[in-house]
Amino acid sequence: MHGPLPLPAADVDALARRTRARRRRETLLTHASLVLGVLVFAFPIYLTLIGSTHDVNTIGRGDVPLLPGGEAIANYAQAWSAGGGRYMGVPAAGMLANSLVMALLITLGKIAISLASAYAVVFFRFPFRMLAFWLIFITLMLPVEVRIIPTFQVMVDLQLTNSMAGLTVPLIASATATLLFRQFFLTIPDEYVEAAKIDGAGPLRFFKDVVLPLSVTNIAALFVILFIYGWNQYLWPLLIVNDRSLETIVVGLTKMIGGGDAQNEWNVIMATAVLALLPPVAVVVLMQRWFVKGLTETEK
Amino acid sequence: MEKRVIFKGWALPLALLLPQLVITGVFFFWPAGQAVYQSFLREDAFGLSRQFVGLENFADVLTDPTWLDALWRSGFFSASVAFLALSVALFLAVQADKHIRGAATYKTLLIWPYAVAPAIAAVLWLFMFHPNIGLFGRMLNAAGIPWNYKLNGDQAMLLVILASAWKQVSYNFIFFLAGLQSIPKSVLEAAAIDGARPARRFWTVVFPLLSPTAFFLLVVNLVYAFFDTFGVIHALTQGGPGKATETLIYRVYTDGVMNLNLGSSAAQSVILMVLVIALTMVQFRYIERKVHY
Repeated sequence: MHGPLPLPAADVDALARRTRARRRRETLLTHASLVLGVLVFAFPIYLTLIGSTHDVNTIGRGDVPLLPGGEAIANYAQAWSAGGGRYMGVPAAGMLANSLVMALLITLGKIAISLASAYAVVFFRFPFRMLAFWLIFITLMLPVEVRIIPTFQVMVDLQLTNSMAGLTVPLIASATATLLFRQFFLTIPDEYVEAAKIDGAGPLRFFKDVVLPLSVTNIAALFVILFIYGWNQYLWPLLIVNDRSLETIVVGLTKMIGGGDAQNEWNVIMATAVLALLPPVAVVVLMQRWFVKGLTETEK
Repeated sequence: MEKRVIFKGWALPLALLLPQLVITGVFFFWPAGQAVYQSFLREDAFGLSRQFVGLENFADVLTDPTWLDALWRSGFFSASVAFLALSVALFLAVQADKHIRGAATYKTLLIWPYAVAPAIAAVLWLFMFHPNIGLFGRMLNAAGIPWNYKLNGDQAMLLVILASAWKQVSYNFIFFLAGLQSIPKSVLEAAAIDGARPARRFWTVVFPLLSPTAFFLLVVNLVYAFFDTFGVIHALTQGGPGKATETLIYRVYTDGVMNLNLGSSAAQSVILMVLVIALTMVQFRYIERKVHY
C-alpha cells in the first residue's frame, strides 16, 4: 500500500519555510493592494479638505498644498453664511437645509407610500390588484432623464416649479421600495393574520401592531439608501428650481464653479464641497450594517 | 406566491394604493404619454401651431450624424465606465475577502464613496485635474504633457470616464463581496487540495460562481453610465469641448431645455425609453431565473 512518501526531515523544514514565506508575500501584496485602493478613494477628499484650509491666492496661483493651512475657519465661515464663487450670496447653510428637507421628505414619503401600497397588494384581494401592482412596477422603466421636457411641462401646468412640493412629490413614487416591502410581507406567516382576525383586530390594527414592528430593519435599511438618493438628486432640482432660496447644495456647488475658470474662490468652493459631502457619507458610515443590507436586498 | 389568509374589503386597499397611483399617473405615465404624443408633432418656432408629422422626428433623429455620434460616444463612455468600475471593484473585493487583519476597516474605507453624488465626484476630480489649480493637471503640464480637458476632447472624455467609474466602484465592491462570501468554502478547499494555484482557482471556480452577480452589475452599471452620469458631465464639461462629452442624455437636455426643440427632444426621449425598457427586461429575465420567493 502507498503510505505518505518518507521525506527527509530537512526537506520538510525547507518546504514549510518556503510555504510560510510565500504566505507572507501574498498577505503583504493583499494589504498593499487594499491600501492603494483606499488611497485612490480617499485622496480626492483629502486634497479638497486641505484646499479648504488655505487662502484663495495660494490655490489660485496653482501652488497645490498637501498640508493644512490656517484659513479653515475663515473659509468655512464664508461658505456657511455668505457663499461665493460664481454663485455669490447663496450661503451653504440655506442650501444644506434645503437638501436636508428635500432628502428627508423624499425618504419618508417613499417609505410611507410604499408601505401602504405593498400592504394593500399583499393582504387584500380587490379588482385590478395586479394591474395596480404592475403600474407601480413599470415606473422602474421611466427614469426622469428620459421624460425631462414633458414632466417639466406637467410641473409648470400644476404650478409646482420653484416649490419644495415640486422638488419632492414627483420623486416619491417608488417601485423598488414597494417591491421590497411586498417581498418581505409575503414572508409574514399566515398564522399571524389568522390570530389577529380571531382577536378581532382589523387590518389597520394589524398593520400598526404586527407588520410595522416587524418591518423596522427593512425600513432602516431603506432609509439609508433613499436618503442618499434624495440628497444626491441633480437633474431634477436643476430643472425645477431657479429660485435661489430653494437651491440644493449639490446643484449650488456646481453653479459656484461655473465654467471652471482658474480665477475663482476655490477655497470657499472646496469648503462647500466638504459640507455637501459630509451628511450622506456620515449616514453611510454610521449606518453601514443597514446600508449594506438595504442595498443588497432592494436591488437583487 | 400569494397569501391564503387575507383581509376583506376593497375600499381600504384602494385608499392605501391611491397616493402611489396618483403620483405615478401624474408624474410618470402622463409625461411619458406626452413624450410619445409630442414625438409625432412639430411646432413652429413660436409655439403657435403644431402639425402631425408622423415618424419624421424619429427619422430626423436617427439620420442626424451628430445624434449618431452621440450614440456612439455614449456606448463608448458607458462601456468604459462599466469595465473600469467592475474590474477595479472585483479586484478589491477579492483582496478584501481574504483572511487578513483589518479586513473590516478596509471594507468601511472602500464603501463610503457610494454616498458621493455623481456631480460631487466630478467636482473632486476637477480639483485634481484642473490645468491651473489641480495637482495632477499641473504635474502633467510640468512634465511636458499638455493637459487641458477644457480644450482637448479626448482628455475631457477620459476625465468624465474616470470620475464616473470612481463613484461606482464602491457599489460594485459591495455586491462582489457579498457574492464572494456566499461561495461555499468547501468548493475552494477542494480546488486547493486538487493542487489548483490561486490564479487558476479564481478563474475556474470563483469567477464562474460570481458570473450571475457580475452580469447583474453589468446591467446596473450600463444604466448608471447612461442615465445617472448627467451630473458628472454637467459639472465637469457641460458636454464640451465642442461635443466631445455629449452623451444621449446630455443631448436630450440641451435639445429640450436649452434649444427648446420639443419634437426632436421628445423623439429622443422615446428612443431612450425603449432602451431603458430593453435593459430592464434583460435584468428581470435574469432575476426571474435566480431569485425564488
